[in-house]
Amino acid sequence: MYQDNQTATPMLQQLTFTLAGEEYGVDILSVREIRSWSRVTRIPQTPDYVLGVLNLRGAVVPIMDLRLRFGLKRESYGDDTVMIVVAIGKRLFGIVVDAVSDVIDIDPAAIKPVPDMGAVVDIRYLKGLATHVERMVMLLDVEKLMRPEDVETLEAALPAIQEVEVAA
Amino acid sequence: MSAVDLTQFHKTFFDESLEGLDAMEAALLQLDAGSSDGELVHTIFRAAHSIKGGAATFGFVDVAAFTHVAESLLEEVRSERKAVDAELIELLLRSVDCLRAMLDRSSAGQPVGDAESEVLRVELVRLVSGEQGEGTTAVGPQAAAVNGWEIVFTALPHLLRTGNDPIRIFRELQALGQLDVVRVFIVDGAPEHLSEIDPTSCYMGWALRLHGNVPRADVDAVFDWLDGDCELVIKPVAEAPAAAAAVVAASAGASATPLQRRSADARATQPGSESAPSASEGGSIRVGIDKVDALINMMGELVITQSMLSDIGEKFELSQLGRLREGLLHLERTTRELQESVMRIRMMPIGSVFNRFPRLVHDLERKLDKRVSLELHGEGTELDKTVLEKIGDPLVHLVRNAIDHGLESPAQRKAAGKSETGTLKLNAYHEGGNIVVQISDDGAGLNRAAIVAKAQQRGLIGDGQELSDAEVAELIFQPGFSTAAQATDLSGRGVGMDVVRRNVRDLGGSVGVRSVTGMGSTFTITLPLTLAIIDGLVTAVGEERYIVPLTSIVESLRLRADRVRKIAGGGEVFHFRDEYLPIIRLHQAFACAGAITEIERGIVVVIEQDARRVGLFVDDLLGQQQAVVKSLEAHYQRVQGISGATIVSDGSVALIVDVGGVVQLALRSKAA
Repeated sequence: MYQDNQTATPMLQQLTFTLAGEEYGVDILSVREIRSWSRVTRIPQTPDYVLGVLNLRGAVVPIMDLRLRFGLKRESYGDDTVMIVVAIGKRLFGIVVDAVSDVIDIDPAAIKPVPDMGAVVDIRYLKGLATHVERMVMLLDVEKLMRPEDVETLEAALPAIQEVEVAA
Repeated sequence: MSAVDLTQFHKTFFDESLEGLDAMEAALLQLDAGSSDGELVHTIFRAAHSIKGGAATFGFVDVAAFTHVAESLLEEVRSERKAVDAELIELLLRSVDCLRAMLDRSSAGQPVGDAESEVLRVELVRLVSGEQGEGTTAVGPQAAAVNGWEIVFTALPHLLRTGNDPIRIFRELQALGQLDVVRVFIVDGAPEHLSEIDPTSCYMGWALRLHGNVPRADVDAVFDWLDGDCELVIKPVAEAPAAAAAVVAASAGASATPLQRRSADARATQPGSESAPSASEGGSIRVGIDKVDALINMMGELVITQSMLSDIGEKFELSQLGRLREGLLHLERTTRELQESVMRIRMMPIGSVFNRFPRLVHDLERKLDKRVSLELHGEGTELDKTVLEKIGDPLVHLVRNAIDHGLESPAQRKAAGKSETGTLKLNAYHEGGNIVVQISDDGAGLNRAAIVAKAQQRGLIGDGQELSDAEVAELIFQPGFSTAAQATDLSGRGVGMDVVRRNVRDLGGSVGVRSVTGMGSTFTITLPLTLAIIDGLVTAVGEERYIVPLTSIVESLRLRADRVRKIAGGGEVFHFRDEYLPIIRLHQAFACAGAITEIERGIVVVIEQDARRVGLFVDDLLGQQQAVVKSLEAHYQRVQGISGATIVSDGSVALIVDVGGVVQLALRSKAA
């Protein structure tokens, strides 16, 4: 709104955050708020990366740990831990990240496809790669991160269910 | 006027028209019952007229044309040129059904006309014209002299801005008879220069001549929607009595109110239509202005309290503690009132469901050749809209059953020494936190012998088994149970009471029956006031809190370890009132950490779901709480064993246990 000196090409504004030393970006238009970590209520019968649900002004919103989602080791949660609440359509969900860094402008033309590199990160959740001041930013595809009908969610849920069954 | 997107009003039009049809139907049924109230005919006429006007305005030509014919017939009735008889009422009732179907198709965007509407239209036309021939003698020479109308129609400048279109008027007049334009003129005071013309204003007038024997009311009806938007002079062509000339003044008459109301409604529904622009999407609630006003009042109170509190907070001193307490008290009271007012918005009178029964009973009477007098009580009893929407079908089923199975034929009734007309009573009232709906008939009552025979045949009970009356009554709720000797299209197909019971259960209610042979039966449905708030028992399991709905709890108890028996396969059971109940450990089902595992240190809550009881093992009971139910699916997905979530007093989320789901979960893990 305040940027009336904006250039002709519409820039994509990305909120960047760090996770295990890497820099990621989410489309700022999908970000609803950034809040510090608070205790969540665990939901049974769900994959472990869904930490639980949180009361967000009366809405019961699921919170996902992005480290666990990407198969990384879980960090302890403290005052520095940050949750980014994003919206897909009318659905809200929160992602737990290490730290929020910046809001940057990305030229859509400069976004590169993600090479299949068998990296630490599952590339299914990335829209592309961008460079900002000589740093690489991985652009997150939030829609793919939490789809209830996602087959993969089901697969991830299976071990948890089996655990229950073994326990019983 | 093309700038106005009329489609945004379509939903309002459909809602209003359907309401109008309900009103027509109700009035027709009253007429049928022998009531000769002239006001009833007017009610029917007005409803038809509004639908016609709306349909024409919004371009539903077929609906408008059909309603027009029905309206003409009604006009004949209204002016007492045609008598009300059973044939007429039946035809009009069928027209109401037909219009309902046409409106449904219109709202779904399907083609509207069909063979049935055409057949009905022809019948209506026949009745109208057949009567007109005889009518002339009854009405007298004055009306007979009319062979056309001189109409001077002068538009006021704002005519176009009201959504009216002279072309539409001409089209409607043409439908009445041959229309000639005698003269077109520019009104006085119109701008002289082209540059001064406001394209949204109308500066024209028309002198028209309508030929043919057209009832004056039909001509008036065409201009009804223009009341206040034009100057109108209508004279008979025959130049007979000058007194017949009428000037429809620009003052707002009674017919102007529908238009005003329409725009007010449109405004009221607009916030909703922003998110759901298509007519078929999402439901809407009509809320009384008084309820909205109450909300606004409460909001005002809340804002005042908030500013008072923040004022205290700005420069707080200990001396102000009293004021702070007072403010908080006020806040608490206002919040509670606000909560109640908001809940009240969802509450709707059960009358909207009851209203469909007069028609249903009317149709069933004919079909089954029985005589029924229907009594409705407590139509004003309010319950949650969601509950209301889902209770309609079970109620229809019970009413059908009562007439089909319960009430006897007039001959049988006479033989039994009862009045030939059976009585069916529907009653709704509040009892505690529940709504009770009763359907009672004075028919034959449940046929005990037939039920027992059928149950034996189905193998539900053994031969020679003695059953109490209550147990016999319970049998009719078994799946696939029907005693009707042959299936009619009304009832007796065996999909019956079990479905009713399941539907009512889904709403968190219960249904039961009391019956006295020869005196009749009474079905009683008990429903919660709302699905949005439940009473729950807060239980602790490890670090976590789970809420168990109070309605499903039978008892909670602490068990000594020696009362628990292990059975093969690792399951645990305990003895409770002459039966062995399985124990479901909630910490196992939900994989909770840090929970109590020794039976004697925790609590077993006996819960009942679908007539089966289980013991739910939890750490502790923390107390009772009202829970505002929030769906997990809104932002996440369905989770087995959890029916929803709620916000507890510390602001955190607590999950509500779905008792049925937990039982299934436990069964599945046992099976594995």
